[in-house]
Amino acid sequence: MSRLSERLKLRYESIEDLPPTPLFKAGASVLFETPWHLYGKPKVDYSKCTKCRLCWLYCPDGVIKMAEEGPKVDYAHCKGCGICAEECPVKAITMVME
Amino acid sequence: MRRLTIKDLPEEEYYMPGNILCAGCGESLAMRLALKVLGKNTIVITVPGCASASLMMGACAVPLLVGPFAGGGALAAGVEAALAAKGRLEGVNVVAFIGDGGTADIGFQSLSSMVERGHDVLYICLDNEAYMNTGGQRSGTTPRGAATTTTPVGAALRGKPQHRKNMPLIMADHGAPYVATASIGFPLDYVEKVMKASRMRGPKYIQVLCPCPVGWGFRESDTVKLARLAVDAKVWPLYEVEYGVLKVTYEPRKPKPLKEYIAPQRRFNHFTEEDIKELEKLIEEEWRLLKLREKLTAEKA
Amino acid sequence: MRGMRRSMFIDGNTAAAYGVKLCKPDVICAYPITPQTPIVEHLAEFVARGELKAKYIPIEGEHSAMMATAAASATGVRVFTATSSQGLSYMQEGLFFASGYRLPIVMAVVNRSMGAPWTILAGHDDAIAQRDTGWIQVYCTRGQEILDMIIQAYRVAEDRRVMLPIMVCFEGFVVSHCYENVEVPGQEEVDDFLPPYDPPYKLDVDDPLIITTFAEADWWLGFKKLHDEAMEEAKKVIEEVDEEYAKRFGRRYGGLLGTYRCDDAKVVLITMGSLAITSRLIVDRFREQGVRLGLINLRVFRPFPRERLLKELEGVEAVCIVERNCSPGGYGGAVFNELRSTLYSSGLRPLILDYITGMGGRDVTPRELEEMVAHAVKSWREGRVEREVTWVFGRRKV
Repeated sequence: MSRLSERLKLRYESIEDLPPTPLFKAGASVLFETPWHLYGKPKVDYSKCTKCRLCWLYCPDGVIKMAEEGPKVDYAHCKGCGICAEECPVKAITMVME
Repeated sequence: MRRLTIKDLPEEEYYMPGNILCAGCGESLAMRLALKVLGKNTIVITVPGCASASLMMGACAVPLLVGPFAGGGALAAGVEAALAAKGRLEGVNVVAFIGDGGTADIGFQSLSSMVERGHDVLYICLDNEAYMNTGGQRSGTTPRGAATTTTPVGAALRGKPQHRKNMPLIMADHGAPYVATASIGFPLDYVEKVMKASRMRGPKYIQVLCPCPVGWGFRESDTVKLARLAVDAKVWPLYEVEYGVLKVTYEPRKPKPLKEYIAPQRRFNHFTEEDIKELEKLIEEEWRLLKLREKLTAEKA
Repeated sequence: MRGMRRSMFIDGNTAAAYGVKLCKPDVICAYPITPQTPIVEHLAEFVARGELKAKYIPIEGEHSAMMATAAASATGVRVFTATSSQGLSYMQEGLFFASGYRLPIVMAVVNRSMGAPWTILAGHDDAIAQRDTGWIQVYCTRGQEILDMIIQAYRVAEDRRVMLPIMVCFEGFVVSHCYENVEVPGQEEVDDFLPPYDPPYKLDVDDPLIITTFAEADWWLGFKKLHDEAMEEAKKVIEEVDEEYAKRFGRRYGGLLGTYRCDDAKVVLITMGSLAITSRLIVDRFREQGVRLGLINLRVFRPFPRERLLKELEGVEAVCIVERNCSPGGYGGAVFNELRSTLYSSGLRPLILDYITGMGGRDVTPRELEEMVAHAVKSWREGRVEREVTWVFGRRKV
């Protein structure tokens, strides 16, 4: 029996698509992109990075994932607040305006 | 007890990006970290505020109930009772993410009574010290002198006349088994408190300071820095009250001057030396009583 | 399959409590308010004695009562709450919330007039003032009907075609505190009639849903349309359930409305709630005098029974409405207004006279009812109306 959360329409085309009340799939916000890049895009200098994970920890939206070489930024969801750059203890991240 | 390190934190996220909260939002980080350690077996309750703005639009990756503004504690109580009635409460965290407005003001009654009745709920107050979601109107937790849209600065009024309501101690005096203050500037301390609370029975209350760049008037990249500074300048004491025993969990050995905390915030632009001294006095008195209470309740333990 | 039926000499509130007990809700959360208090006290007794396995939340106020009740319902369990006048309006935002979330909550509302002026006594204005909140409203005449209706209410509310909360209303003191012999069905037969609640959606860590998100501007009204459609379906479901209940338990109430001697009536008296009982006497008296008078007991106010009323009023030349609600600045009471609206495009044009009375505990005696009907009959016979809306209060005659 498939889960209701999976069967829900996330966008409506007609009244037939409407659930009885505006139910929504938990976690579905990831489908919306927020590439605001307010202070630019965070770029990582992997030669300086010590993989301390502080950038990963402090990102308010969790758009940084830790990979082999270091943090990877999901730019489609990065708002560009610059907290990661600010908190990096070795200044390995710079906010780059494009 | 071994202190938590970053490497102990799980990779899995239960708070999704793609939400509409501001860049550098303190509440966003607070919710993300709490949900990360609470995990899949969590049901979240929220009411209108910054938190609900992201949670209800899909940032919450666990089941979420959104209710009317004043309902906080009562909504959480209802969910808990229903789960308990069906024997489905065991191993499930019933967590409320509610702002300072929905906690100290319009939601105070329902919270107070939920705690008084002893429901098994973890209530996390995300404190950005005003009604930020609607543009920054004052709340019961707005600090003395802060400029908000309903306590502006002018010839007749200089920011909020009253100091903030002491919600954590009010909750402790309700007899809640666990009460704690936290700050996103001390994230490991915060998540440790969340984890500890989630393992206890009864009502647990955690008030986490979430600086608001747009509302307080500082650069978005400095949110965490300011959250740390609030603690280091002793403006935001970190303590917990467990079964009535108060313990300060962190006291800065070399406190930062209050001025350093006040200066970067537009909401305190109008502060004179006088205002800073007055705030310093209030902080001193708060710490004096905290230390006293710590001593007195330690004897009980 | 019967189980043990019992006859108990109990009041309306107690009948409500026994009705609830038989439906086995998992969470009960209500705040005491005169004249509803005995309901919550009886239920607390049942829970304390272990006779009712429910979580009983002694909440601190009516707004929170609806918050907790709705939250529990959204978690997927059967719930019950009760209130009256001030409490009902205190929880008003919760009423919109519960119906908008399509939660099958059953709530007993012991009707009491809204202060100010202060009173604790009967009137229908409290529930009528909430008619736009999207709840089904049923008005009961007596204890037996209350007990039966609570059981039926869960069947109607939880029906997938409906999924709406229901107010089971009855007047404070004159019904809530009035004793009569009530037959209390057996648990087994009620279990058979009312299966366990199976929610279409709920808070569940294994199927994580957000209950609910914002409705975009394009679709907000669409959700309300669905809500309205469910109300339409409810008309059918209420009649079905009334019929099935009658087959199993031997008592029928007519579904959306009860009728008495309406078949060949030229004049019809319309009432809500306990007035229907007194009205039957009046109908018989007028019939004895040769007036073809009938009675419609308007049981269900929401959804408003348009179709059934149009059918019953065919051939009727005068309608005399006696109601216990008013809207200052409006013209006539709620039944008057909704009935006239229903009739407007139908081609039926009976004389419609409205008598507003019985609020703040003002008793409506048989003599006064007779006077009101006589006044209406006189207007009908003379073809002359001095006033369409009459307020009957104090010691004045109609």
